[in-house]
Amino acid sequence: MNQAARSVVLHGLVIALLVAMFFVLPEYHSGNLARILVLAVFAMGYNVLFGYTGLLSLGHALFFASGMYGLGLSIQFLSASPMLAIVIGLITAVVVSGVIGFLALRTTGVAFMIVTLMFAQAGFLTVLFFGKYTRGDEGFVIQRAQRILFGVDLSQPLPRYFAALILFAICLCLIAWMVHSRFGKTLVAIRENEERARMLGYDIQRHKLMAVIISGTMSGAAGAAYALLFGYAGASFAAVQYSILPLLYVLLGGAGTTIGPLIGTVFMFYLIDISSEYTDAYLLIAGLALILLTLFAPHGIAGILRKKLAWLP
Amino acid sequence: MTDTKKSSIITSSSGGKIGGQTINKSMNRRTALKTLSAGVGAMAGVGALPGMMGCAHASDEPIRIGFQVHRTGIGAAYGRWYDRTTEAVVKRINDEGGINGRPIEIVAEDDGTDPKRGAEVVEKLATKHKCDVAFGTLFSHVVYGSAPRAGELAIPYFVVSEGHHVASGALNRYTLQPGITDVKSQVEAMGPFIKENLGKKVTMIFPDFAFGHDHRDYFSAAFESLGGEILEKIAIPPTETSFSKYFPKIPRETEVVYHVMVGPAVLTFVKELGEFFGPSRPEIFGFIDSLEAVDLSSPGLEFLEGTYFWEGNPRYAQEDQTEFDKAYREAVGVDESGASISDAKDVSTYAHMFGCWETMYVIKAGMEAAGYNGPDDRQKLIEAVESMTEMPHSMEHPQGAKLFNGKTHQVFGHQYISKVTDGKLVLAHTTSIEDTLYEDEVDYTSMSF
Repeated sequence: MNQAARSVVLHGLVIALLVAMFFVLPEYHSGNLARILVLAVFAMGYNVLFGYTGLLSLGHALFFASGMYGLGLSIQFLSASPMLAIVIGLITAVVVSGVIGFLALRTTGVAFMIVTLMFAQAGFLTVLFFGKYTRGDEGFVIQRAQRILFGVDLSQPLPRYFAALILFAICLCLIAWMVHSRFGKTLVAIRENEERARMLGYDIQRHKLMAVIISGTMSGAAGAAYALLFGYAGASFAAVQYSILPLLYVLLGGAGTTIGPLIGTVFMFYLIDISSEYTDAYLLIAGLALILLTLFAPHGIAGILRKKLAWLP
Repeated sequence: MTDTKKSSIITSSSGGKIGGQTINKSMNRRTALKTLSAGVGAMAGVGALPGMMGCAHASDEPIRIGFQVHRTGIGAAYGRWYDRTTEAVVKRINDEGGINGRPIEIVAEDDGTDPKRGAEVVEKLATKHKCDVAFGTLFSHVVYGSAPRAGELAIPYFVVSEGHHVASGALNRYTLQPGITDVKSQVEAMGPFIKENLGKKVTMIFPDFAFGHDHRDYFSAAFESLGGEILEKIAIPPTETSFSKYFPKIPRETEVVYHVMVGPAVLTFVKELGEFFGPSRPEIFGFIDSLEAVDLSSPGLEFLEGTYFWEGNPRYAQEDQTEFDKAYREAVGVDESGASISDAKDVSTYAHMFGCWETMYVIKAGMEAAGYNGPDDRQKLIEAVESMTEMPHSMEHPQGAKLFNGKTHQVFGHQYISKVTDGKLVLAHTTSIEDTLYEDEVDYTSMSF
């Protein structure tokens, strides 16, 4: 079996497993998994930029929030249907990531991190500034009646789970395809040796900008999905911790792997969920786990798997 | 949540405390609860429990109340005292025989004062811990983030937040706020006192986020309708750490500065305000939210002498302290200055935490009125609470009498205005309940479950 076929089988199995999980898991865990799938899409978007292109952004909360508020505000103020609102959320994320990418990519390395962080902070403060519309830090509820897509009530467990899974599956397939595409391989080449890629004649800036837009749009899709599926949009999702979270998910799961973000999100979600049952200092436990993983598994959980299965995309 | 944490509040029907101390093993806790609740049930059967006669119950299992608590994050100081108050009220209710003869078991989960985690916690309380109701959320953004899940999971969600979110109609039929008044009623009720006693020309200083905007909008509208004048509205960004540059915006003719700053920078705010005005200051009126859990004798707060504060419940025991406040204060472990009995530096969030006490009694009353037996009776519980109206000043409502509006799911009550006198908050005025009422903005009872 060649690498492409293995990739199709692997990702097909992951999706099939996730379909089965809904019917096997107890209600609490299937509910969690719906949330995890949305957050995994966020992490997958981050992974496009960090894992495949080698650009460390600290501003992805802005992209997540762009999708979230693009959808949420259009429902609130334009009475947009969920489908139209999703489109508006995605367009918002495309535009925001395009503009931020265009400006931030004038810098590299640490400066890129700082510039993206600053843009995200500016976005967070903008949400607060326009509190009359966004309700600032309090945020606003997207009512159940506003979350019915093509007659399907997305507030119900089954539709919510499968809506999250469909989004996840689309993004997973896109990334799996991208990894094997000429574009994806160019991104990896940029990550590995930007100067060499430039010398070989690749348009580095264009590829990086495309990576930022794909990454930001995927993150925005996650933000829009979160608002639509869980009925809430608020400024906390634009705050700095939501720029750090996808980085942690990807680091834990394995940067530059297709299934790493999902693994990392599951790991992190349950690390917090379970450790918070034992102590109020659960973030300390999360921090320790991160340190240990960084020391003993610097390529993340999927990185360990890749040592055994070198073909793992 | 481990059983260690979950079982932090278990009390015996005879008043001997089992919880408060930790029971380490699940079986021990469950066994103890079954034994206790069986004892309570037996007592109820012979009419030994006040208010319990005739209340049949299908199960001796504890009533599980999910406590969404801010143990970490920005709300941790409030969460600590909400925790203690909840522990105290559950002990008292269990000592009195529980609810319908069943003891209360609190299942606490930290939400990190974060709306995303808040929604996850509500889900966990409902689907994993199988709680009967969820309770206790304070910060508004966490309520907003969590309420949709509560509605979808059809679990009654009793918030203790003072936000206007419930009464505004933004939430759902499963979300109620029967134990603490909301910010709109609090703010609007301050207008008459300020205009009559402090001045007619007000400058407002508030944090530039939703909490501050509520004050800006509700107070200015109410005050102007009384004939007062808002000279300036000074919004301060939440990231600000120094405030001196904002004070020159205060117009010279200002008679009253109205402030509602919150967060760790509040001490700097007060200190810099004092330095700006020196000895010739206008009247100053603030909301105690600024100084909840903060010792009034902290360096830099001397400037507050002679200024006024809204208090949800007077922190200092007053000369005419009621028997209810005295007993409540003792039960929650707070001294006459509003600090912990065991640590004078551990100042309580006295203006808000009574909401946990009163809400728990509303849950008890609602469950008893509804003949609550289990999750199938959740709608009956909501309807029972919706049908409540007057709540007399009592041990169940030690902060004062209340009036519950079933349509808006919001309670209304007296508000207190205190003056800082010799470093203490001395009650200067108590509003009537009527002062706090406003037009209904929603009728939740017309919504389907």
